[in-house]
Amino acid sequence: MPTEKTTFTSLHTGGSMTQVPERQSRLSGFVKTLFGDRLSIALTLISVLIIYAFVPVIDWALIRAHWTVASPAECQSGGACWAFIGAKLRLILFGLYPPEEQWRAVIVIVLIMALVLLTLSPRFWGARLLLVWAAGIAVMLVLMGGGVMGLPPVPTSKWGGLPVTLLLAVLSLGLAFPFSVVLALGRRSAQPVTRGLSVLVIELVRGLPLVGLLFVAAILMPLFLPPDWNIDKLGRTLAALTIFAAAYLAEVIRGGLQGLPYGQTEAAQALGIPYWRTIWHIVLPQAIQKVIPPLTNTAIVMVKNTSLVLIVGVFDMLSAARSAATDPMWPAPSAEAYLFVAMIYFVICYGIAAYSRHIETDLTARSHS
Amino acid sequence: MLRELWYSDRLRNGVFQAVLLGGLIWLLFWIGGNTVQNLAERGIRTGYEFLQRPARFPISETVLRYSPSDSFFWAYVVGLANTLWLSFLTILFATIGGLALALARLSGHPLLSRLAGIYVTVFRNVPLIVQLLFFYGVATSLFPPVRQALNPLPGLYLSLRGVYAPGLVMGPGSGTVIAVAVLLALVLLIVLRHWAAGQGRLRRWLWGFAIFLPALVLVWLLAGRPIALEAPQLHGLNFRGGLYLSPEFSAIIIGLTLYTTAFTGEIIRGGIEAVGKGQWEGGRALGVSERHIMFRIILPQALRVIVPPMTSQYLSTVKNTTLAVAVGYPELGLVVNTVINQTGQALESILIMLGVFLTISLSVSALMNYFNARIALVER
Repeated sequence: MPTEKTTFTSLHTGGSMTQVPERQSRLSGFVKTLFGDRLSIALTLISVLIIYAFVPVIDWALIRAHWTVASPAECQSGGACWAFIGAKLRLILFGLYPPEEQWRAVIVIVLIMALVLLTLSPRFWGARLLLVWAAGIAVMLVLMGGGVMGLPPVPTSKWGGLPVTLLLAVLSLGLAFPFSVVLALGRRSAQPVTRGLSVLVIELVRGLPLVGLLFVAAILMPLFLPPDWNIDKLGRTLAALTIFAAAYLAEVIRGGLQGLPYGQTEAAQALGIPYWRTIWHIVLPQAIQKVIPPLTNTAIVMVKNTSLVLIVGVFDMLSAARSAATDPMWPAPSAEAYLFVAMIYFVICYGIAAYSRHIETDLTARSHS
Repeated sequence: MLRELWYSDRLRNGVFQAVLLGGLIWLLFWIGGNTVQNLAERGIRTGYEFLQRPARFPISETVLRYSPSDSFFWAYVVGLANTLWLSFLTILFATIGGLALALARLSGHPLLSRLAGIYVTVFRNVPLIVQLLFFYGVATSLFPPVRQALNPLPGLYLSLRGVYAPGLVMGPGSGTVIAVAVLLALVLLIVLRHWAAGQGRLRRWLWGFAIFLPALVLVWLLAGRPIALEAPQLHGLNFRGGLYLSPEFSAIIIGLTLYTTAFTGEIIRGGIEAVGKGQWEGGRALGVSERHIMFRIILPQALRVIVPPMTSQYLSTVKNTTLAVAVGYPELGLVVNTVINQTGQALESILIMLGVFLTISLSVSALMNYFNARIALVER
């Protein structure tokens, strides 16, 4: 048996293979895990090479970077041009929204964040929270669109940036949820027509790329609807995102339904509780609680997917960044613009993921206590 | 009697399904009617006869041969070939990369496993299209012009005009060399298996290579060195020779691979972790080396857990190639887009695209279900 080794399996052995004996000093233990045997040395070398490859990146992004410039021409000398982000912040975050009405878009962002924070706490979960969300979204749409209470109207073609990204994500998920429940129940129904139709819709949508659905929404949907129905591009894109989210959410919820013992519905039937009340009060609450981690995962996927609306020309945060980067005044700072947008997406998605991990341990702890 | 009918489950089910089916048929007719009316009002031509007409637009890079005088139909096929080529390369690289990533995360090495963890977190939480646009932005704005091209590795040049790398050049007679090499390898494999069966495995392989490599070099020299590795050379304003990758292709292949690797890596890690601890302990107790436990005992069993999620990941990868539209690599989606702009026949073009992706999705999942059934645990 060779000496202590870093193995592929320290996870399975609880790290005991790499653990430091008590007597040794911390430093020598550290040296041993990094250089203890040939494999460790090789892995350490690989890690160092990877880190070394990032030296020019850090040099570009931090050391040679321009944080503030008097004129865009100063950015010509290489290094990241973060001053560009400062100059274009308004365009990236709010798109073409009229500057004098910008406070409305700011309130919308704050409202969404407040509602999300409220939803994070399981204490508030319930029918009332749904009502709060519905009211909040109505307020947001009125705020963005205007035209009432003395607010000057802003057409959706002028909406842009972060509010559009957030609204698309929240609305597509919110609107998709009831559809997905119906589809999931339909897929498990004993009625052949209902089941067949549900399977057809779910598999059809999941078999297509979102870009294809967005093409249908942007180009074909006006052909499918009567000529006097004028749904603008934002609305049509939202429809495509909603259908897409519904199919994926339906599969997640079906997983929750499958995990539920038959006894629950049978007991409800025996007690004479009507079907929809059984579903609403007994089946769904338990089924959804089981699938909270994959549900949050789908939420992350949908937040990321809203960025695809760029392809059909909806002016979300990413499109705004792209158009900002084409300003000929600046020396082609597209890498900086996309890094900034990536950072915002990362904060949102990583936040949801971290919350999902937290709630998972929280809920399991509670169900076992 | 009426009361009985009202509460009859069979009747209720039947009526509900009939209403559902009727609603669907009405919806389809309604959409169909609207479409016919709209098409007539806007004077849009319909039908698939445009497929035979010459396309008259260029496609910047293709796997299959294409010229603007080819038909629209051929343009679609060329776009589909690009989609499949892109998917194939991404899946290949992301599977190998994912295995490396999973092993790195499970290595227990404090530095490497943390680096792998950071990689997964960063690449999974940023939308793919943002990553693609970022890499495209780097390739088209941060890279220096051709004459000052970055040269991070010998023979590899990064410039505004694309990536230049050493490539294989096949001269006349290379077909013979390849044929002889394959033949020789087969003969050696059979001969060594039969005649040197008593020898150890390693020994047999060493013998094999000791005969194979010099023979191969000899054939190659006799044929007049037809196959060569050619490095790109700067000639005036451009590179010549070697392998050239456009900025679009480089951005999409790097972006797709890095993004997909983060997912395949996690799938493989999950599979490896799902294999019971007893398998490791059993292997160690028998004195099997760590590497052999990993590749001979753990991974084959992990495969059973890995295959289903990996299938859906491969399918998402094929669907994700459509994002190449954003950086302008001519895969099926971009070709469809161009055709719509050229002919105005949006309905037909989009239906073709949807049909192609549905066919790919459904056939791959059917294939994978079959494979999955074959490697599934046979229970008594």
